[in-house]
Amino acid sequence: MRYVIVGCGRVGAALAEAFDNDGHDVVILDISTRAFERLSGEFKGQAIRGDGTDEDVLRKAGVDGADVLLALTEGDNRNVMAAQVATEKLNVQKTVAKINDPVRAAAYAELGLATVCRTTMLTEAILGYLTLRPTGMPSVISPVPHVHADEATQDGRPTPAGSPAAPQARS
Amino acid sequence: MFVLVVGGGKVGYYLTKELIEGGHEVVLMEKDRERAAAIVEELGSVVVPHDGCEGKYLGEAGSNRADIVAAVTGDDEDNLVICQMAKHHFDVPRTIARVNNPKNEQLFRHLGVDEVISPTRMALGSIEQDIPVHELLHLAALDNELEIIEAQLQADSPAVGRSPGDLDIPEGCSLFAVVRNGVATALRSDTVLKEGDKVIAIGKADCEVRLHEQLIGTTSGAAAS
Repeated sequence: MRYVIVGCGRVGAALAEAFDNDGHDVVILDISTRAFERLSGEFKGQAIRGDGTDEDVLRKAGVDGADVLLALTEGDNRNVMAAQVATEKLNVQKTVAKINDPVRAAAYAELGLATVCRTTMLTEAILGYLTLRPTGMPSVISPVPHVHADEATQDGRPTPAGSPAAPQARS
Repeated sequence: MFVLVVGGGKVGYYLTKELIEGGHEVVLMEKDRERAAAIVEELGSVVVPHDGCEGKYLGEAGSNRADIVAAVTGDDEDNLVICQMAKHHFDVPRTIARVNNPKNEQLFRHLGVDEVISPTRMALGSIEQDIPVHELLHLAALDNELEIIEAQLQADSPAVGRSPGDLDIPEGCSLFAVVRNGVATALRSDTVLKEGDKVIAIGKADCEVRLHEQLIGTTSGAAAS
């Protein structure tokens, strides 16, 4: 499997090493080379400095056709854009975008993007611990099934109304 | 018309000012409190001092009844998310995004933004117009990836001495006018083209290479931008 991680923070670095240890092909991107200091000396994947929302940068990093892209930078909007570029332009099979604003996270899940929201996760975890009950809150909000805009037009099937690539009504 | 402008930089400020002068109802969102306060002093109480990317504040600013949302911050990813949230979460009929990276123009349209404005592309267009070019000149980008393109015919152009009817113009592309000595006329299929003519075409960006071959001549593939 080829995994791409955008944002080499603590979570990104830990996941990159986990996938690498399992023998997968890993590419991790960050706009700062210093972020790569988080990776251990044994990391065998590629660490590339660059903007993960830029299609050309991602393409050059070999993201086209990757199995998974995880957008885990500190910017919600950067993560949204990186995940959408990966899905719509680079044929990445599965993406997850970290969105810490709960409203935005829920809205994008409705639009077909798998999102993970630290705010919701931590709130639920702490509430669950204090009340000593599991909340049953999913840690990743699953998207509604998503159809590529291109496929939709080619097959004549409608794109789901909620999709960001759905045709827009003109006013 | 109620317009919600997000981003109170120079573009957002002047846009808001012009819209107010035009008699429109405008709300400007600017997350920097000092900047927001400065604009209130200039333009009155039309500013919501919050981040327009936050769903909560975008709602509170009245996006659900906005006719147009214009996202003009300096960050492309923010502008994309503002427009998508406006469109899909608040049912705004028309969204406009400023893009800084011209490559994001097509992507943003594909992702549902109605109108994309690229200052970089505009500056590039002006620069190209000032330089004697041997290339296709992009005059304007329209909806559905269509572009208006100008080609100035040099002496060595394969189109000189021929008519549009004799040229192999790609499907989905149309030559519609010629500017000769500063006078624009509609291009007929029997108009004979001359050196120095500016031929105006409309078509999809992927017609460019063929159009370049027909009007400029085959060079080192420089037309594919």
